[in-house]
Amino acid sequence: MPYRPFVLPQLPGYAMDKKTVLNETHREMGARMVPFGGWDMPVHYGSQLDEHHAVRRDAGMFDVCHMTVVDLRGAAVRPFLRRLLANDVDKLKVAGKALYSCMLQADGGIIDDLIVYFLTDDWFRMVVNAATTEKDLAWIKEQAKGFEVTVEPRFDLGMIAVQGPQARSRAEALLPQALRAPAMALKPFSAAYAGEWFVGRTGYTGEDGFELMLPEDDAPGLWRALAEAGVRPCGLGARDTLRLEAGMNLYGSDMDESQSPLTSGLTWTVAFEPDERDFIGRSALENQRSAGSLARFTGLLLEGKGILRGHQRLFDGEREVGETTSGGFSPTLERSIAMARVAADAGEQLTVDIRGKRLPVRRVKMPFVRNGKPCIET
Amino acid sequence: MSNDVPTDLRYTKSHEWVRVDDEGIATIGITDHAQELLGDLVFVELPEVGSELGAGAECAVVESVKAASDVFSPLTGEVIEVNEVLADAPETINQDAYEDGWIFRIRMADPDELDALMDADSYAEHSESDED
Repeated sequence: MPYRPFVLPQLPGYAMDKKTVLNETHREMGARMVPFGGWDMPVHYGSQLDEHHAVRRDAGMFDVCHMTVVDLRGAAVRPFLRRLLANDVDKLKVAGKALYSCMLQADGGIIDDLIVYFLTDDWFRMVVNAATTEKDLAWIKEQAKGFEVTVEPRFDLGMIAVQGPQARSRAEALLPQALRAPAMALKPFSAAYAGEWFVGRTGYTGEDGFELMLPEDDAPGLWRALAEAGVRPCGLGARDTLRLEAGMNLYGSDMDESQSPLTSGLTWTVAFEPDERDFIGRSALENQRSAGSLARFTGLLLEGKGILRGHQRLFDGEREVGETTSGGFSPTLERSIAMARVAADAGEQLTVDIRGKRLPVRRVKMPFVRNGKPCIET
Repeated sequence: MSNDVPTDLRYTKSHEWVRVDDEGIATIGITDHAQELLGDLVFVELPEVGSELGAGAECAVVESVKAASDVFSPLTGEVIEVNEVLADAPETINQDAYEDGWIFRIRMADPDELDALMDADSYAEHSESDED
């Protein structure tokens, strides 16, 4: 058949069709399932557009059980993470606070992006991407040698993201009693836990909400209860358009080992201060910074009709200046948007090659949409 | 999953349908099965009126929120009309793939080419075997 596959990053070499604990539930509830990074995941439950709007306007939920929770414990966990991550966990002063960071190779290439939570002086928790889990764990364990730290992937935990302006209020009653008040009191980018249930006020949509970690066996019951409470089940399709509108990078599309945070719009996540913190990749990033003329990571708005996708070539006049890294239709803006990497001296008005035609695109500051509202002029 | 497959149409393996009238004009669109596989459509690139198409030629593109797909002309002929409604309302294909969601019309050069296309039963079987 001529249909090009749903292009999301898939790393080779992993067993296909792994199933999350919610797989049967998705099928019973009418999801269309597709392969995604070695997992059999729901792409939508009928209409990706309706799911997208549900998250922007009300509440939706995503199966993110394929992502991996990693607990790091030990007396040396803080110094270890200050070495491992490009962002500085010393910014985390209050128990429960979260930090977004890249994990870099020595040459500055991005191994993965992740969220790390500070829980106690000898316990931090990370959430890493699904497709990168094996290489991440190998890397982390290798780097942990010589530190008094244990690295424990929590494959026993499931994860459900509940997102949207009404997400927290819909989820509240379904949390364990002991977690309700602490969860509702959370500030953005912080977490609380009770027993094996863990709630972070975090997400990947540009909306308010929770990411819930819980014992796998409890996940199907919570999924159904959330649906009954009016939280719309959503697939990975809506997750992709929501994160794109929110200006949030997707590992494997917008960055990988061949790019550094400085060329991926993630300079803000690199803590160069204090000077003496020697994180992995630091000297490479300093060299890149002093060499200058680094590629710029930018948002793009397609001026006319059509759809931007990843890996479309960009031109400033007749000069090729870069390419889109991911793109698509923005359901909120009803226009096509993209993320792109372009030469340092590329102009603001560019053209994109779509099937041999040059169409005008305008560089815009991301995010495109946040908390239900457009952030750019269309 | 079963989809609507009208018995008065002819079909291609690549999920186009063809309706032929008495004057040798063929109306072409994508099937209900195809629109469901694609999901919500957000853009349709139409062929140019007056262009000459060979059977099997790429002639239009339908883009959903998740992917772009080529539409192939099932028959040889000249494009005489395109469905301009789709420029502003591509979702018409999701709503009504076989009537309001038609994509283009051609004047057939060789009606014998119809014999190579599938009938509804064959297409239904083909599209079911096409499901994962």
